[in-house]
Amino acid sequence: MTIDSYRLQGEPGIRGWLLFRFAAPQAFYPLAGRMIPWFGALATLLAAAGLYISFFVAPTDAQQGEAYRIIFIHVAAAWMSMFLYVVMACWAALGLVLNTRLSGMMASAIAPTGAMFTFIALWSGALWGKPTWGTWWVWDARLTSELILLFLYFGFMALTNAIEDSRRADRAGAVLAIVGVINIPIIYFSVQWWNTLHQGASVSLTRAPSMAMTMLTGMLLMALAAWMYSIAVVLARVRSIILERERDAEWVRGLRGVE
Amino acid sequence: MLGGLKAIVARDLRLSMRRRGDVLNHLVFFVIVVTLFPLGVGAEPNLLRAMAPGILWVAALLAAMLSLQRLFAADFADGTLEQMLISAQPLGVIVVGKMIAHWMVSGLPLTLLAPVLGVQFDLPQAALVTLVLSLGIGTPVLSLIGGVGAALTLGVRGGGVLLALLVLPLYVPVLIFGAGAVVEVSSGMSAAPHLSLLGAFLAISCAVAPWATCAALRVAYD
Repeated sequence: MTIDSYRLQGEPGIRGWLLFRFAAPQAFYPLAGRMIPWFGALATLLAAAGLYISFFVAPTDAQQGEAYRIIFIHVAAAWMSMFLYVVMACWAALGLVLNTRLSGMMASAIAPTGAMFTFIALWSGALWGKPTWGTWWVWDARLTSELILLFLYFGFMALTNAIEDSRRADRAGAVLAIVGVINIPIIYFSVQWWNTLHQGASVSLTRAPSMAMTMLTGMLLMALAAWMYSIAVVLARVRSIILERERDAEWVRGLRGVE
Repeated sequence: MLGGLKAIVARDLRLSMRRRGDVLNHLVFFVIVVTLFPLGVGAEPNLLRAMAPGILWVAALLAAMLSLQRLFAADFADGTLEQMLISAQPLGVIVVGKMIAHWMVSGLPLTLLAPVLGVQFDLPQAALVTLVLSLGIGTPVLSLIGGVGAALTLGVRGGGVLLALLVLPLYVPVLIFGAGAVVEVSSGMSAAPHLSLLGAFLAISCAVAPWATCAALRVAYD
């Protein structure tokens, strides 16, 4: 079908046409396949550069010694964990509004990666806490809200896995993700107020405001690497989801290697 | 529309009264859970007094959550819910009516029962009043948010545990401010900030939860 015949049917021009074209799983599948190596390579390069700077270039911290180097993984993971939930909710909302199949698939492809980063943030935080605070866990506002974020990811994944019909699973998950995203700031602030009311500032996460330039560079590189990694992994996962859900479609049967 | 709301509330209340056992079971559950804590942590009065707000609130949370499945499950099973979806009344009105009725048979009795249990924990009188107030404002939020979870898990396998997994993280702010209000009063400060925040949370839930519940119900019947 040519662009003109799409126009005749009321499709909004070439830009809209491209967007709608790639909203179809059939068209998105090869595009995602072509993009994965690029994002994968970028993730590897950025992570290599970031880790080099983190471990060999960045100076030793005056107060925390070498233990502070966990920050390079911890902060990137914590940023990604929160950001990915919002991205997931956006895809979910898009799927609910426009009723596109791919949006729901993207949302359910993002959730495991988001949960993984949340877990890494919590785990590396515990590993960091032991040498610096002398304890694995404190009921600090950030730690607590990160833990609740992990529960929200688990809830989303449990709900979408429990529903057999994938279309229904997507839309139910979308409602939950939207309710969750409204709740995240509320949970964050309530935990923060709870924390300041109940517990003196015995432990503070705030570090010295001035951070060495190399430290910041290492952290940003690691954050970018986490972005690229997330994109590559989500695309790979969404490809599997597309294959699974569209397995009866003609185009999937026509793929090489699929009987 | 208001007539429809009244009819739904009256219907659900009547249904609950016909199955009084269900309603009572949740209250008994609430009492038992609260009773278990002194047996677990010891009967030291100062410790119990400090823990009482949290224990009572967590137990109320669990009891309210357990009763959530009643909200839509029976109507879903016998097809009444489907008739409600296609009826002339807006779905939002029906959902709000069901939530109000649910609160009247779950949250309200808990609220009224809580001070009796508070006495067991030697809470001072001012704290008991605040406990009733905070539960009075907070338990409707539990019914509202819980409604979303109940609608999402309709007819889903493993619904009960799943419902807990979905709903409990969202209950965190209610727990914090509800129990926090009682703690504040016990330590001689004003509970007003906590109760105001609880009220704000109730207002947000009133705006968002019925909408989300309607969306979830439509998804279930898609």
